[in-house]
Amino acid sequence: MSVPVRQRLSARAATAVLAAGTVNRLSRLLGRGNGTVIGGRTGLAVDPGLLATLATGRRVALVSGTNGKTTTTGMLVRALDDGSAVATNRTGANMPAGHVAALIGDRDAATAVLEVDEGYLGQVTGATRPRVVVLLNLSRDQLDRIAEVRMLAERWRTALGGLPPGREGDAPTVVVANADDPMVAWAATDAPGVRWVGAGQVWQHDAVGCPACGGRIGFDDDGGWRCDSCDFARPERSAWLEGHDLVLADGRRYPLEIGLPGQFNRANAAMVAVAASAMPPLPGRPPVEVGTALERLSTLEEVAGRFSTVRRHGRDVRLLLAKNPAGWTAIFDLLDESDHRSPVVLSVNARVADGHDPSWLWDVPFERLARRTVVATGERCRDLAVRLRYAEVDHRTVEDPLAALDAAVDGPGDGAGPDGPVPPVEFLGNYTAFATLRSRL
Amino acid sequence: MSPAPGRPALTVVVVYPDLLGTYGDGGNGLVLTRRAAWRGIDAALVNAPSDRPLPRGDVYCLGGGEDGPQVRASTSLIAEGTLARAVDDGAVLLAVCAGFQLVGRSFPDASDRSHPGLGLLDVTTRKGTGPRAVGEVVAAFDHRAPGGPGGVPLPRLTGFENHGGVTTLGPEAVPLASVVTGVGNGGGDGTEGAWSGRVVGTYLHGPVLARNVALADLLLTWALGGDVTLPLEPLDDTEEDALRTERLSADPGHGAAPTSGRRRRR
Repeated sequence: MSVPVRQRLSARAATAVLAAGTVNRLSRLLGRGNGTVIGGRTGLAVDPGLLATLATGRRVALVSGTNGKTTTTGMLVRALDDGSAVATNRTGANMPAGHVAALIGDRDAATAVLEVDEGYLGQVTGATRPRVVVLLNLSRDQLDRIAEVRMLAERWRTALGGLPPGREGDAPTVVVANADDPMVAWAATDAPGVRWVGAGQVWQHDAVGCPACGGRIGFDDDGGWRCDSCDFARPERSAWLEGHDLVLADGRRYPLEIGLPGQFNRANAAMVAVAASAMPPLPGRPPVEVGTALERLSTLEEVAGRFSTVRRHGRDVRLLLAKNPAGWTAIFDLLDESDHRSPVVLSVNARVADGHDPSWLWDVPFERLARRTVVATGERCRDLAVRLRYAEVDHRTVEDPLAALDAAVDGPGDGAGPDGPVPPVEFLGNYTAFATLRSRL
Repeated sequence: MSPAPGRPALTVVVVYPDLLGTYGDGGNGLVLTRRAAWRGIDAALVNAPSDRPLPRGDVYCLGGGEDGPQVRASTSLIAEGTLARAVDDGAVLLAVCAGFQLVGRSFPDASDRSHPGLGLLDVTTRKGTGPRAVGEVVAAFDHRAPGGPGGVPLPRLTGFENHGGVTTLGPEAVPLASVVTGVGNGGGDGTEGAWSGRVVGTYLHGPVLARNVALADLLLTWALGGDVTLPLEPLDDTEEDALRTERLSADPGHGAAPTSGRRRRR
């Protein structure tokens, strides 16, 4: 074990931690789940400074962005895993109450890797003084609840621009930012220490208006971009994706042979490898090299159930989550890399955590599913059915998700002959639709 | 008038999806195009980006967007003039949310500075003082609103609103509908949207034409006037009807208020 990090607590902070623990035990006793978030909320109510106190003395990494936060957080935990403890909010409770709960849950961990809701990045950065902040991407999501993209980018910019410059012996926070996303670039430009990674961007539709001058941003084929009216352009990259490889500016090249599927996960892995190598090592331990980080990712095959495979009536079902047009587009890319005969079950809800307005379904290129067997389900299956009708995608609508899954599982695989293996069923749900199905399997 | 050879009978233009495509409203163009094509009408859908001249079309669709892009879209549309000329020549225009605001006389930006709109509808938008209007809307067509083919009033409107602006109607505009649940224009008169001639403005996303296919068919009828025998051939709208039934009976409180203190404009 490395140096002890257990924080000294003021009387107030100690009371807050006790209160959080009591609430958690009560919540478990009452069968209301493991209670971590409600415990964290209680702790913050007793001591608003609790997050800062609990983060003191640890090396903290934060991960934020519209898509891939939970997966990338899980990847970074694995990449840093040298046997020492890491505190993390692995269930995706990504607001301060969830962070407090994660840090209370592992008081002795010298490292914390926290997923952060886009809207809370400034607050959590201020409280936890992170060594590394990973910024993945910014695109439209839950527009009835979360700010539009440019307002978020502006808020990030204010928070990151205010990070203290490094003093002697104390390096500045390293912001690992996706250079291919103009909104992320705008947010990170003023940060004191940035490592720009060309991680690609599947969704460019929210980045056309220049955040600097209102001009128009043009993209070229390799992901480069620049504004037509001012000098805002893709920053010089220190690392980038090239096909399935990660290339560093010094010429080193690493194949991204990771356990998680899809190009977007290779992009997440590139961000994670750079972030892991930017973390200051724990006393007495070597720094994590890019190659070491990637090797550790080769055996990570699911994060919080995402990308996991379950058996249902003797058939494989792969569980996929996507919350917004950018996420669904990325998952369609993944389906294109997989068995084209697989039936697809699409499940959409519109609860608070999903956003109450499913109009975004019309920004998703469902036309790409035209030759597959498609079942529409979830609490907003009727919105989905109408969208599929206008995409001219044949589909069935089965309101109950489990019944919908069984309809696909028990149906024939498209074109699966008596000799060929039966292709797996792909289940794709948005946030609560995914969680609901998992809890029922 | 029959179309020129090689030109489709109906051209639907989605205006500046790169600036006004934030809320899925591009779906309105798809709904119009498909509903025409399913009836055997040669229809083309054109997504017209903001860096190119706006093409001529029979129906134009404007959608919702963020503050900065809204100002940019309005400035560009005023400067290049195609949209106003097309409307003058009888083109149909559906304008939603930020699009509705910018076809009016003026609208505010994020810092509450007023910008001139295209003046195609006699409406004026100012920044609201209360919380942003977010949630499900049901609205009954105003008695002065356009009827369907044969003058039958259209069925109730359903949609989802998400805006911080308050829009008031001048004497030359007529309310599209009166709010049953939700906020709508927000000026205290209970109105939602506005129309004048062949220009229809509304705050409703969904997209509004997917949730209200009768309105879609009315716009098609206007656009095709003279080219086809009206009324339009009926379609099998089972799925659209199921969605309407569900939404019209949805809990009006569902999604009516943001759950956090975070507020946005427009």
